[in-house]
Amino acid sequence: MDSQHLNPSSLKSRFTATFLRALIKINAQKPISSSSPREIFQRYRRIKVAADKSMAYSVRSRRTWSRATLWKLRSRSRSRLASSGRRSSVKTRTTTTTTTTTTATNHRAAIVEKTSHEKENKEDHVGLAVQAEELRELVPGGESMDLCNLLDETAHYIKCLTTQVQVMKKIANLYSLE
Amino acid sequence: MSSRRSRSRQSGASRITDDQIIDLVSKLQQLIPELRGRRPDKVSASKVLQETCNYIRSLHREVDGLSDRLSQLLASTDTDSDQAAIIRSLLM
Repeated sequence: MDSQHLNPSSLKSRFTATFLRALIKINAQKPISSSSPREIFQRYRRIKVAADKSMAYSVRSRRTWSRATLWKLRSRSRSRLASSGRRSSVKTRTTTTTTTTTTATNHRAAIVEKTSHEKENKEDHVGLAVQAEELRELVPGGESMDLCNLLDETAHYIKCLTTQVQVMKKIANLYSLE
Repeated sequence: MSSRRSRSRQSGASRITDDQIIDLVSKLQQLIPELRGRRPDKVSASKVLQETCNYIRSLHREVDGLSDRLSQLLASTDTDSDQAAIIRSLLM
């Protein structure tokens, strides 16, 4: 993959453009005290969501996993908006970020717990079922896929994740050269 | 070959053939740095799936770390003109 010249219609360039636009927006929301740990943490959450969202947008609805990610993000922001109806829309955005943190942490913790339980019960004759279950939890939308689709979606998901990491690394390196 | 077949899920009414699974698994194997160089018939399907899970988790952690790093870098970057230069150089 030639990293110097971006093919404008490639996944990599679509992701880069979308993610950069999101970063500019996030950066524009910086308050005066932009270096407080709380601010940095909130920005970290926003950037992470922006990265996952940008990748899912770049893939659009061509893949089950990207559809699942977009659906999850949209329903999450919709439910937060509904539950904090009294606040203004500007403040709601901050609320979304902080509540998402707890949910994500609990979700991840639950996955780790469940996975170690399954490892204890693993019998070899069950075959791929156990690992497939583990994989289903890692790939968005995996719960509803049969094994064939799961493996196919996983391959695409991994390709996209590596692209995402590659671009984010490049951006971070460029920023830190200043 | 036959041992791997017996290890994959036995399902009489399944429309998914073992060969399809084997193909998809070996395709997946090529994407995982840990297992990439090894011969497909030397690596069991369950090992490929296990390593896939580990790899995805490590990629998620990398994204987390990079988001963290970017949030720190954004905090220290003030000028919009620098950002414009970065963006231009990335998209050229």
